[in-house]
Amino acid sequence: MLIRVTSEPLDTAEAVAHVASPEAGAVNVFLGVVRDNNLGRRVDHLVYEAYDAMAEKVMREIAEEARERFGLLGCAVLHRTGRLEIGETSLLIAISSGHRAESFEGGHWLVNEIKKRVPVWKKEVWEDGEEWIEGPESLGKSQATAGQAGQ
Amino acid sequence: MNVTVLLFASLSDRAGLRRIELDYQPGDTVRSVCDRLMDAYPALRSFRPSLLYAVNEEYVRPGDSVPPGATLALIPPVSGG
Repeated sequence: MLIRVTSEPLDTAEAVAHVASPEAGAVNVFLGVVRDNNLGRRVDHLVYEAYDAMAEKVMREIAEEARERFGLLGCAVLHRTGRLEIGETSLLIAISSGHRAESFEGGHWLVNEIKKRVPVWKKEVWEDGEEWIEGPESLGKSQATAGQAGQ
Repeated sequence: MNVTVLLFASLSDRAGLRRIELDYQPGDTVRSVCDRLMDAYPALRSFRPSLLYAVNEEYVRPGDSVPPGATLALIPPVSGG
């Protein structure tokens, strides 16, 4: 397993090579990338902060759980920290499995669990301000926070 | 002996600190350490209902004990990915 929290750019080729296996019939790669807008607001860049040591520990637990649950052969989970520009990769997941079904299901499950459990936070920076995004990015929450910020 | 408290994201912005050392008191729990922290930094009180906690990098509950020398992290709702 390859588990890493790093301020360096994430290397997809490295992750794919890491999960290669002669028994694998499928390799699934997911990239979480920085989008230039959120909830109608123009995003200039993001800043990610992690509780590094614990984040790696929790990522490893989730990866081990995914491996058992979906019978994955190889698993790489990398999260970037620091300032990220639009289009850069913040989260990289690569997994390999015997067949495609478990690689799609396992990948989907992994992303969801990582977003729920790993102690990482992102700050959105706009042209005219910034805000820590804390918790699920539901429309209701962000509108409420934007409203408070404007008061 | 101390307890080290770690702050992240909006909490560290609000406190102006990322790390706070508090004196350990016998029988300390997450709750009792937080009570002392919030007395010292009242600006953090409003965050408390949304926090999760980790002791020595493992998620714990508010009633769980905090041993001397431990690191207690206050975890606001996460937003990685």
